[in-house]
Amino acid sequence: MCRLALKTASEAFSPYEVLQGMEAMQEGYDGSGLGLLLRGLDFEDFKYDSKYPILSGIAHSEEAWHRLTGFMEKRGFELKYDHEFETRPELIEAKDRYRYFLRAYKMPASLSAKSKEEIENELMLTRLALRKDGEDHGNDLTCFSFWPDVATIKEVGWPLQIGDALNLSDNRIKSRVCMAQGRQNTNYGINLYACHPFFIQGIATMTNGENTAFVPIRDWLLGKHFPGYTGYQSDSETFTHILHYTLKQLKLPLQAYKHIITPLRGEELANHPQSEFLTGLRDSCRRLIIDGPNAVIGTLPDETCMLVMDQKKLRPATVGGRPGAWAIASEMCGVDAMVPDRDPSLDFQPMREHTIIVPPERKELTIWSQHDPYPLDQAA
Amino acid sequence: MVSARSVSVGPGSLSYTDLPWIIQHREDRCTLCGHCTAVCPKEAIYLAYRRQRIPKLDVLKKKRGNEYRTFVGIRQKKNMANACIGCSMCSMVCPNEAIQPVPNTNEHRTLFFNNQKGEPNKRGGRRNKVGPTLLDRIMFNRISMLTDPALDAGRHEFNVTTTLGRTLDPAEFLKRTREGGWIPPTREIFPFVIGSMSFGALSPNMWLGLLQGVAYCNEVLGIPVVMCTGEGGCPPWVLKSPYLKYIVLQIASGYFGWDEIIRAIPDMQCDPAAIEIKYGQGAKPGDGGLLMWFKVSKLIARLRGVPEGVDLPSPPVHQTLYSIEESVMKMIQTLSTAFGHKVPIYPKISASTSAKSVLNNLVRNPYAGGLLIDGIDGGTGAAYNVSMDATGHPIASNVRECYLDLVAQGKQNEIPIFAAGGVGKNGNVTQNGMALIMLGASGVHIGKYIMQSVAGCLGNEKNRCNVCNVGICPKGITSQNPKLYRRLDPDLVAERVGEVFMSIRTEMKKIMAPLGRSQSLPVGMSDALGIGDKDAADRLNIKYVC
Repeated sequence: MCRLALKTASEAFSPYEVLQGMEAMQEGYDGSGLGLLLRGLDFEDFKYDSKYPILSGIAHSEEAWHRLTGFMEKRGFELKYDHEFETRPELIEAKDRYRYFLRAYKMPASLSAKSKEEIENELMLTRLALRKDGEDHGNDLTCFSFWPDVATIKEVGWPLQIGDALNLSDNRIKSRVCMAQGRQNTNYGINLYACHPFFIQGIATMTNGENTAFVPIRDWLLGKHFPGYTGYQSDSETFTHILHYTLKQLKLPLQAYKHIITPLRGEELANHPQSEFLTGLRDSCRRLIIDGPNAVIGTLPDETCMLVMDQKKLRPATVGGRPGAWAIASEMCGVDAMVPDRDPSLDFQPMREHTIIVPPERKELTIWSQHDPYPLDQAA
Repeated sequence: MVSARSVSVGPGSLSYTDLPWIIQHREDRCTLCGHCTAVCPKEAIYLAYRRQRIPKLDVLKKKRGNEYRTFVGIRQKKNMANACIGCSMCSMVCPNEAIQPVPNTNEHRTLFFNNQKGEPNKRGGRRNKVGPTLLDRIMFNRISMLTDPALDAGRHEFNVTTTLGRTLDPAEFLKRTREGGWIPPTREIFPFVIGSMSFGALSPNMWLGLLQGVAYCNEVLGIPVVMCTGEGGCPPWVLKSPYLKYIVLQIASGYFGWDEIIRAIPDMQCDPAAIEIKYGQGAKPGDGGLLMWFKVSKLIARLRGVPEGVDLPSPPVHQTLYSIEESVMKMIQTLSTAFGHKVPIYPKISASTSAKSVLNNLVRNPYAGGLLIDGIDGGTGAAYNVSMDATGHPIASNVRECYLDLVAQGKQNEIPIFAAGGVGKNGNVTQNGMALIMLGASGVHIGKYIMQSVAGCLGNEKNRCNVCNVGICPKGITSQNPKLYRRLDPDLVAERVGEVFMSIRTEMKKIMAPLGRSQSLPVGMSDALGIGDKDAADRLNIKYVC
């Protein structure tokens, strides 16, 4: 059972703050991994243009590092910034870490004439090609994300110790959104790709608990034959892909995610104003129904943050904050640690029908219920 | 050489120990009430008068002589036509526990004589194969433990229904919703369906009891059970009733009863649950239905539109059939049109190595609402013994390979596969059904199990009873003779239907809860399955456990 922490604030902050927030919840993880995803980036030594995609990952050997740089050049990406971590390798358990990389690239000129969708595909395919390259060479290259304004760090070990090892407290990297997971290794092997948050084409989610319906969901996603629906070192990766499928492939609004993963019960659906549409949606997406127990915390490219529970709500998560700074955590103490200067009486634990949305303006929360009218003309 | 006529033993002569069942009668308990001989469906026993000689020696008079005692007792007939079938009706009606049939543990001879007058053995029942089936041996072993505690079957909410009918791919569903296109009809049903047993195979009382029970499950218990008519139509009062929505109407190669159905369409208050087109049956694949003349009563003749007292063998294939693809396509489309494209239409085939081709054909047919595959262990009211025992394909691997084929195409949510054939053969109905569901079936059909559990059918895999074909069902389940079927109280059948489905529903929760599943039926959740047989595990693509 992992511990999850998300902070989103109008002013960029250091990811170390979130790691400290995670410490409050440390009973829940076992040091088998940390995942960090940052959005709305601010580098101390570089004026970052948020159009530049950032490649995040680890080169485990010098040879892999050279292959990576060569590959990116050949693909036409021009390096604009290469963040060098001031690492303390003695704090890292693994010894095959040649280099952690966060590199901002300028898109190739050939992509400028392409549609948004084609560009997004190229970014995803580039990441997947690097991942495959690493897998083909004895896993000597790990690539987590390649997307504008998104940086991902994953490592095996205790979260705060990893933060110290990468010197994340030095304020050289800051972001407006930070997602973090302290991993409790369950029944899947310790694998860097198994660390949350998972990422695909701008969409990221992290989850605690186990996905008991993993195999049928994975089988269905694999059957879509979409190149990005791959991996599944963790059963929770399916949640990210379902959100991607909902938003990017079906082009439905965020609210549809909840209707897909936890549809209303028969009698509730019958009483819903858009009963017919939602029943059809449930039937056609039946294989994507999750069975929990999970809290799914996600972020979108526009810095929207969201939180949903599974139907049984056996892994409650809490959201709290104030205008300008919000925190979502799997434990209340995590929210306390991340945004202490808030009114805790306004903290909210969503029920099974709720989707919590923190919009990019970060002024107030939206608590959307599945019983509310569905916001799309398709349903009319 | 001329045979010795004085010895009355011929090639076909049998003794008691040659028969599969031997009647044990206790003279000291018998009151000669006659109940047993009256109830015996095979007239296998009779009241016999016997004389016993008692030697008498009068020593004083130096005289030898005899005395004679007459006594009466129940005796068993030894000819094939009247061989005991072990139904035990005699012991059930005996007021004094004086009589019972006992299985013959010796290798009995009737197996070599059951083809009298050149007619091979025909019977009802299932493949006579005893012992645990493969489904019985499957375990559910992905138990949620430390990280995610198992659910409480008694307290959590469970969603245990399944979809019958074609479901569109999400993108296509949205497109058609936007454009006002046709969305194929679906039904949300309980995944254990009462399989096709015809009005003709079953007695009117049995049918009435089932229908009452199904209505009770739906309207009182909230369990959306549906039942299939089998070939042979449906009584008009049912067709025009609001209960039709719980009925799957079957059309098969004899088209029996479809005059009535088509004529009733304008008067239907609701649509039927679905239409099942039978192309094959697991118990007798490649063979048509066989309602023997004994059962073609006046009522059945009227419903089916045929003369009374004639054999009704359905052809093995649909007569309009030029090729299976064409036939399937035309029939599905025609029936869908007949019901205004508001009723799911699906074919039923016998399990076969060619099942995947049929399935793939259906995937490309926009009107096909599913596929029912019936395995070799399925039951029937009448078939040649050789068809039942030796022809067909087991259901588990057939369903699994069909499901995996759909998975490879990403179509597993679009065409539901239903499985049948031996579900609950040894009483483990929920375990068998859930194993098939986790192998990839969206639901299962149960026929024989229902007869056994709700009406007390006596048939078993040791060839007990199994005389459904000749209309002498001792319980009145498969007889059209009012003297027999009046024994069956429809109300009691209905009560048992309710009990059986309540119990299945509870057992489903007891299986799903430890797996951490409650929100949707775990179709294709093969990671939860294990079996202690490496070859079977490899074939089914599940875990080998020991």
